[in-house]
Amino acid sequence: MELSGFDREYIYSGHVACPGCGAAIAMRFVLKALGEKAIMVIPACCWSIIAGPYPMSTLRVPVLHTAFETGGSVASGIRAALDVKGDRETTVVTWAGDGGTFDIGFQALSGAVERNEDFIYICYDNEAYMNTGIQRSSSTPYGAWTTTTPGKDWKKMRKKNIVEALVAHRIRYAATASIAFPEDLVNKVKKAKNMKGSRFIHIFSTCPTGWRVASEMSVKIARMAVQTNIFPLYEVENGVKYTINYKPKGYLVKEYFKLQGRFRHLTDNDLDQIQEMVEEDWELLLRKAGVFPGE
Amino acid sequence: MKTVMEGSHAVAEAVKLARVQVISAYPITPQTHIVERLSEYCSDGTLDARFLRVESEHSAMAALIGASSTGVRTFTATSSQGLALMHELLHWASGARLPIVMAEVNRAMAPGWNIWTDQTDSLSQRDTGWIQIYCEDGQEALDRTIQAFRLAEAVNLPVMVILDAFFLSHTYEPVDVPDQEDVDTFLPPYEPRFFLDPENPCAFNQLAPPDIYMEMRLSIQRAMEKAVTVLEGVEKDYGRMFGRNYRAVEPIECEDAEIIMVTSGTVTSTCREVIKELRSRGQKVGLLKVSLFRPFPGAAIRENLAGAKKVAVVDRNCSFGSGGIFAREIQASLCNVPGHPPVYSYVAGLGGRDITPELLKEIYWHTKKEDVPPQDSLWVGVREVENGIIRV
Repeated sequence: MELSGFDREYIYSGHVACPGCGAAIAMRFVLKALGEKAIMVIPACCWSIIAGPYPMSTLRVPVLHTAFETGGSVASGIRAALDVKGDRETTVVTWAGDGGTFDIGFQALSGAVERNEDFIYICYDNEAYMNTGIQRSSSTPYGAWTTTTPGKDWKKMRKKNIVEALVAHRIRYAATASIAFPEDLVNKVKKAKNMKGSRFIHIFSTCPTGWRVASEMSVKIARMAVQTNIFPLYEVENGVKYTINYKPKGYLVKEYFKLQGRFRHLTDNDLDQIQEMVEEDWELLLRKAGVFPGE
Repeated sequence: MKTVMEGSHAVAEAVKLARVQVISAYPITPQTHIVERLSEYCSDGTLDARFLRVESEHSAMAALIGASSTGVRTFTATSSQGLALMHELLHWASGARLPIVMAEVNRAMAPGWNIWTDQTDSLSQRDTGWIQIYCEDGQEALDRTIQAFRLAEAVNLPVMVILDAFFLSHTYEPVDVPDQEDVDTFLPPYEPRFFLDPENPCAFNQLAPPDIYMEMRLSIQRAMEKAVTVLEGVEKDYGRMFGRNYRAVEPIECEDAEIIMVTSGTVTSTCREVIKELRSRGQKVGLLKVSLFRPFPGAAIRENLAGAKKVAVVDRNCSFGSGGIFAREIQASLCNVPGHPPVYSYVAGLGGRDITPELLKEIYWHTKKEDVPPQDSLWVGVREVENGIIRV
């Protein structure tokens, strides 16, 4: 890993994230990869709070806080204005949660990607509306408890596959990344930074508060999500060229599930079913990457 | 030079003359002619601007919020449902103190689907912190659009320039188009005090707890109050250069008038003729055209109306459960003036129904005849309704 200049921090001390927050770890690495020539758009999400109240800001780059569903559209406008001003150097980055990306902001994101707007859209995914108190989103995984999927009504629908939805737009670059794999994360942000057109990075970001885990488990859980194939690390160029970046260990999903309070209610039978779903998704990904299991 | 052009194209001409840098829009009838013409200007290089063809009005306003925050001059146009969809971001634009200019072509809200003129769409946005200017004709639409940028950038508030659907947006009239050089003198390039800049990283629109939020809101109110006098200055400069001056309100034959009718938008032109006719028949009638709705020009309203015996307000809009919106604002402006005239409120011409000279005369005679105005707005020019069913 290229470490020169990597000791530079772009987050001032004093942000107000919860202990162990994956979204804070993700931001730190992303900014190190981006450098200071960036403008960040933050639609409503945990980071609307984490960045600090007026007149303080924890980030060393200019930030435009904006309405929930405007991550794709506000960034389009900033890019257009920079173009008009002749600034081709500054990277426009949208930094949104899963609610702002998968749900309420999906239309604006789809529109921006269809227009191939020249920006990087980063979704830090903590798999529910965490800032408002752990309500389910379309990114919440099958089996999870949230405050709006309580008791026997735990979520019975699969997590929306946002990367594949954007790949269907023939997006220039789409990648998954994890706070547990910082080298891979930084490389992907740097790669995206050197491209033109719409780029999307989906970062798996543990939420200790919402997932009911201890804060020191944050990175371990993110690592296990990758190792169990629940969240594979891969990238897609131009909507066709798939590359899988990490060979999984083949751990069983129940090892990941049993560490988290949000899955405590699941029976062995439920876990077997989830294991099958994860394997099915993984095989589908392998086929897309041109690897044919069992042939 | 005078050219015959459509109202929509007069707006597009003004946007070109204002050297707007980023335009973003989504199609909706009857606004489309404005952005179609601007698309052509951007495409053939007549206007050196980026045009973002976004996937909704909500995104159109969001894109301009991004562009304006980056420090460039911005414009969009919409109508009705499109404006309603923008609602959240109208608050955002004014709260962020962005001088975005928008042409709003008044169209009725659905259901039922109706593309014709009605002010309820724009008046529903009256509390969003946008300056609102209602235009009477193509010339005013052009002039007001140019003025809007000067005004917006002076007070850091967004401005809505409002046109009646079809009666103005699609009507061809002679319009005096100013020279580019003169407009450049009147409207120099936009120089924002603050903008997104990696050389000077700042955060915008962030969390504002109770100990700071209220002062931010007060600054918007102060800017709105200031906008009344700033617009006077802008108009003075404009008048000096281009010979046209509209003012927040325009009194017509009001000095000795016993009854003053109040209108906004294209109905004003019809009412000007009605006033002439009634005057020729010895009626002491005047007309007050209201152009500026936000900030509401209360002082000018009182100055022109307080001495009349009766006031008759014609509203092409309705706030259900309250009545004609201009009438209610005028009543509020007059209520603390001792011995102020009674205000008669008439709702007419919704959804593009014609407001004819005959109807305006009917309003005048009704006002003259009735000694006391009804508490509620009177709906005029409506069909008979029996058991909830409209007779067709």
